[in-house]
Amino acid sequence: MNNTAPPGSEPNILLDVKDLKTYFYTEDGVVQAVNGVDFAIREGQVMGLVGESGCGKSVTSLSIMRLLGGSGKIVEGEVWLRDRNLATLPEEEMVKLRGGALSMIFQQPTSCLNPIFRVGDQVAEVLIQHQGMTKEQAWNRAVEMLARVGIPDAGRRAKSFPHEISGGQAQRVMIAMALSCLPDLLIADEPTTALDVTIQAQILELMRRMQTEMGTTILLITHDLGVIAEMCDHVAVMYAGLIVEYTDVNTLFEDPLHPYTEGLMAAIPVLGDVRDSLAVIPGTVPDLINLPPGCKFAPRCPYAREVCSQEAPPLIEAKPGHKVRCWILHPQTSAQWAGYTKTDWRFTGEEVFAQPAAATGGTDVS
Amino acid sequence: MTTAAQSVTLKGLAQEEKTESQARIIFRRFRRHRLAVISLILVSLIFLVSLLAPVLTPFERDAIDLSSKSRPGPPGTIDMEGRTHYLGVDHLGRDLFTRVLYAARVSMSIAVLVVLISETFGALVGAIAGYYGGLVDLAISRVIEFMLTIPSLPLLLILSAIFLRSDTVLPLPGFLSRFLSALLLAPEREVQKVVMLVLVLVFFGWLSAARLMRGMALSLSKQDFVEALRAAGASDARIIFRHIIPNGIAPILVSASLALGGVIVTESALSFLGLGVQDPTPTWGNMLATSQSYMFQHPWLPLVPGVFLVIVSIGFNFIGDGLRDALDPRLKR
Repeated sequence: MNNTAPPGSEPNILLDVKDLKTYFYTEDGVVQAVNGVDFAIREGQVMGLVGESGCGKSVTSLSIMRLLGGSGKIVEGEVWLRDRNLATLPEEEMVKLRGGALSMIFQQPTSCLNPIFRVGDQVAEVLIQHQGMTKEQAWNRAVEMLARVGIPDAGRRAKSFPHEISGGQAQRVMIAMALSCLPDLLIADEPTTALDVTIQAQILELMRRMQTEMGTTILLITHDLGVIAEMCDHVAVMYAGLIVEYTDVNTLFEDPLHPYTEGLMAAIPVLGDVRDSLAVIPGTVPDLINLPPGCKFAPRCPYAREVCSQEAPPLIEAKPGHKVRCWILHPQTSAQWAGYTKTDWRFTGEEVFAQPAAATGGTDVS
Repeated sequence: MTTAAQSVTLKGLAQEEKTESQARIIFRRFRRHRLAVISLILVSLIFLVSLLAPVLTPFERDAIDLSSKSRPGPPGTIDMEGRTHYLGVDHLGRDLFTRVLYAARVSMSIAVLVVLISETFGALVGAIAGYYGGLVDLAISRVIEFMLTIPSLPLLLILSAIFLRSDTVLPLPGFLSRFLSALLLAPEREVQKVVMLVLVLVFFGWLSAARLMRGMALSLSKQDFVEALRAAGASDARIIFRHIIPNGIAPILVSASLALGGVIVTESALSFLGLGVQDPTPTWGNMLATSQSYMFQHPWLPLVPGVFLVIVSIGFNFIGDGLRDALDPRLKR
């Protein structure tokens, strides 16, 4: 996708995910966590993948890394990193890519470090493994990297154990480790979710800086639209294992087309805007084992018509560079919605919680 | 309110404490367990003295002295040349002090070898079972459980009867067999028997280590850092050897030191029953065995090796206790 731009005007495509489907085979049934995801990231860009918990954004990243564990399987689709299809690459090749060309940082930085080794040794280990450095070279380079990600007194800090450093510092260590082998693609899976707000800002600033310095391409996964606004060039909004909207970051905030994105935007509390209740999207995320037919968002969509619950809409390019998966914007069906008015998404508590008794409602999108 | 100078020194102190290495923290905690420290000193002393045996006693280990009138002779027996047998002589006139020291070499070497091999093997198998889980774990765990249901002593008797009485020659590398031969002061043929005995004891020895490590690996493999390691391109082998096993090593160390005491007793039991190391190479077990027929008239004969056996096996247990406390991360300071 996004191949419409004339060659030369934009950087080459680094990662191209085509119709990725990842299912988990559990005792309760097949969980269709990722249900046909398409997106592409160009070199040097930051792409955001946003959605609420359980929409499949983490599974998408783990599918790219091929770290799905026992029950998860990529059942369909291709994941092209330059000229290699990661979906079918032999495991030995993947082991070489991980930590080298492909690296990843996680949500819980402290628990991602081995508690019994010094942090410097853990950064050095990656270098020894991927770049064939000697122990001493690797240690020196590790200290250099730690200093570069803004760890003060890096020479001494490198000798600390993970429990002796704060969460923010641990995330810096993880970033140093992830970037030490100059990866082509860095996948950041909710890198700031576990950190407090001031540290969050510092870490985002650091990622931004490292990204410009090293030209790393980043796939940023988050449920925080604020993080998206701050960091990304392009954004894909995910819902129930599908990308429902894909565009550049400015367009997304100025002109969200999909009702789900619209709801997410409305749910952001605005400073100074006094309200009795926060705007929420009614209902909950569908059960990924028994997905509804038709549009996955239809049960929660205030604009839903008959067609929505019957047939799933395709992802179409509604405006140049702006893709959306919604019947409202599909040329064949848009006539049905002629002259509809947009809702203000301020549902009251009863409306939200009335129908499904078990529904907890709301989203964690801030 | 603290003054600037005070806060600076406080900061300095805190940092010094931080840079204290894990090993030193563990050592400091271990030192607080008095019985363990005493045991460690005693056990090391016994081993050291046993290594120095040729210097410490004028007697040959197997020198038979039939000239002595009182055989077995009580402690303090003086021989024809006027030399004192501090712990007496046995029925062949061999000096008991000398023999009990050399026996310490043999018994403790066997124990160390058995524990080293079985804990290493057990930890490895356990780590593989716990890390991979699924069918691998199922297979390994069932084998371990099956072996644990077998009463070990009868089977050990059968195994040692088969292997130690046969003339099978193990393909030992030359340096190993020469080293053991020098350490145990035994001919290489005897070394073969010792190694077979070690292997027989390892046969049951690895089970508890494997179970311990399996549990540790099972919980460790679910932790975030293992996922992060995989994302950083670490292979399964690297994760198991460099990360899982070092993380789970503490309980293995404790079980190893407890096992040392157990193995010494088991080896003695086998030797006592005539299936372990054979006379003239002394072990505490076969010394007890040879003293059987004289023990009522000459009680020091079983007492001498018996006391050593008790001290060392209890000692290893206390060391294990001390290590457990020292390595327990929940006990701070």
